[in-house]
Amino acid sequence: MADLASVIREECNPPMLSRDMSYHDITDQISSVTEWKKTPKQWWILITITSSLLLLLLAMLTYLVSTGIGVWGNNSPAGWAWDITNFVWWIGIGHAGTLISAILFLLRQKWRTAINRAAEAMTIFAVACAAIFPLFHTGRPWRAVYWLFPIPNTYLHMWQNYRSPLEWDVFAVSTYGTVSILFWYTGLIPDLATLRDRSPNGLRKVMYGIFSLGWRGSSTHWKHYEKAYMILAGISTPLVLSVHTIVSFDFAVSVIPGWHTTVFPPYFVGGAIFSGFAMVMTLLLLSRWALHLENIITMRHLEVMNKVILATSMIVGYSYGTEFFIAWYSGDIYERFHFFNRITGPYWWAWWTMCICNVVIPQFFWVKKMRRNIAVMFIISITTNIGMWFERFVIIVLSLHRDFLPSSWGYFRPTWVDVCTYLGTFGLFLTLYLLFVKFLPMIAIGEVKSTLSAQNHVEHVYAHYLETYEGAETKETHGLA
Amino acid sequence: MALLNERDAVDNGLYGAVGEFEDEDRLFDAIERVRHKGYSKLEAYTPFALHGLDEALGSKPSKLGWFVLCCGTLGATAAATFIWWSGAIDYPIVVGGKPLFAFTFSIPIMFELMILFSAFGSLYGMLGINRLPRFYHPIFNYTNSERITDDSFVLAIESEDPQFDADECVRVLEEAGARYAEVVAK
Repeated sequence: MADLASVIREECNPPMLSRDMSYHDITDQISSVTEWKKTPKQWWILITITSSLLLLLLAMLTYLVSTGIGVWGNNSPAGWAWDITNFVWWIGIGHAGTLISAILFLLRQKWRTAINRAAEAMTIFAVACAAIFPLFHTGRPWRAVYWLFPIPNTYLHMWQNYRSPLEWDVFAVSTYGTVSILFWYTGLIPDLATLRDRSPNGLRKVMYGIFSLGWRGSSTHWKHYEKAYMILAGISTPLVLSVHTIVSFDFAVSVIPGWHTTVFPPYFVGGAIFSGFAMVMTLLLLSRWALHLENIITMRHLEVMNKVILATSMIVGYSYGTEFFIAWYSGDIYERFHFFNRITGPYWWAWWTMCICNVVIPQFFWVKKMRRNIAVMFIISITTNIGMWFERFVIIVLSLHRDFLPSSWGYFRPTWVDVCTYLGTFGLFLTLYLLFVKFLPMIAIGEVKSTLSAQNHVEHVYAHYLETYEGAETKETHGLA
Repeated sequence: MALLNERDAVDNGLYGAVGEFEDEDRLFDAIERVRHKGYSKLEAYTPFALHGLDEALGSKPSKLGWFVLCCGTLGATAAATFIWWSGAIDYPIVVGGKPLFAFTFSIPIMFELMILFSAFGSLYGMLGINRLPRFYHPIFNYTNSERITDDSFVLAIESEDPQFDADECVRVLEEAGARYAEVVAK
């Protein structure tokens, strides 16, 4: 009994959700964000900034298409540079959304319910940002569809090369984007019905009505829905692992020193989760503060996320160590030189930035006080994403700029178009996020209610235990009276 | 007989008797009592998925998984077949000395298409089995139907039930602890 009691005590203290909330409060609080009578001025200010950045992106892409991809800094020997760095970085950020919604669902981690919807939305927007880079790197994106996908056409007269990891990547990323949208939409259906039922007659009701597909919450609906949701979570889990694995194949299957390693798949997946969690943290801290969601996204959620960030930071740090060890142990002079060049070569600052941001700074999270300090976690969430961007830069540009022949060495410098295109993707990402917050429930209403239901149930058992074995007074001191 | 819209009832008949409960525990309690009285055509409406509700109502587990399995198999097979046909039959061309077709290099795309087909299968399969989208259903005639997606737990005894009698069913639901019950037209 004592063991059970300690397990329950752990579960109840502190509670995942405020004790004085009812189901109706949850509906009210989350829906109210989408029901602003007058959209706050801050939202307009923010979307003005982000949509300006989005316009910058459109301008840069127009310039690139009309001039040619020479406007980017990519040139021999660094044929891949910021574009692929940004691609891998954005895809990686997306991975946290799937991890939170799928893997944590399968592991029955109830705390995910407060953050999964926003994280899934983030996944979709991040994949959209990522897809821009390889698509525009082709220079002719409207024709790229025939180069990338097996669509019968009259001018190419051949099929794709399925022996190439780049072609696997096309399927991995497009499947990932599609499945993320399906998973997200499946989760939204019951919540859209909630919004439909709260809306006054008019356009709102019609729109939410159409997209909720006539959902009525019957037990038959829920039965098949739960099954579908579980299957989607089940297939998204290997999917998310496969996507970054295949992204890492783009590099690992080649023979370039610094790329040709077997550690890449797990190393890339670990890094993806690391940066993705950091991005979720940045966005959630801002949304939580701006929309007063402190009672739903509680300190306990944030602390658990910080633990995941710490754990994945250790995985990433371990991978860095492994790479160096294998480079030395292989006895290959090119491998050895490459890793020596990372630390001491012309891009030494990139490697050190990566190391400090990804391996050193997250160590603060060993201290409980730091894990629970909003300012600290906000700063670390930002430095983590800076560090993870540099990780991809280090892997891609540093491996290419000095490979086998010293006569073909070079130094990559980004152009202003590189920089503005990258900034522009933030415009796309944040504009979509702001629209999402305004029009859709940013927290899964139904799922938070089921978390509350489970919490009430456990607390009921706990209160009963305290009353029976420790007297009624202790019950009050635990706030369960 | 407490009836929302009598004209509808005369024209279309009755959907059933519908009662509303304050929380999930009261709903479970009521289902047990109502089933004990011999009613079998029951349907519950809840704001979130309740564990154990299907068992309580005596309904069979979802068969969606089998459908999704077929979709996934189809996806993987389609991928392998297409890679083989396009690379080894329709346009054979040697790249980097690799074979025209091999199972190993087909694995990533087979896997991705298996997942893709399964994902479409789960969403569309779920909608198909649930007969959605369907924008009209008699439960929307219920006075407080808009609270089902908020915080109200509803139990309906449908008119197809062999024991169905409108007034009697309303009484049964009230006795089982409903805070409010009424007859709903189709």
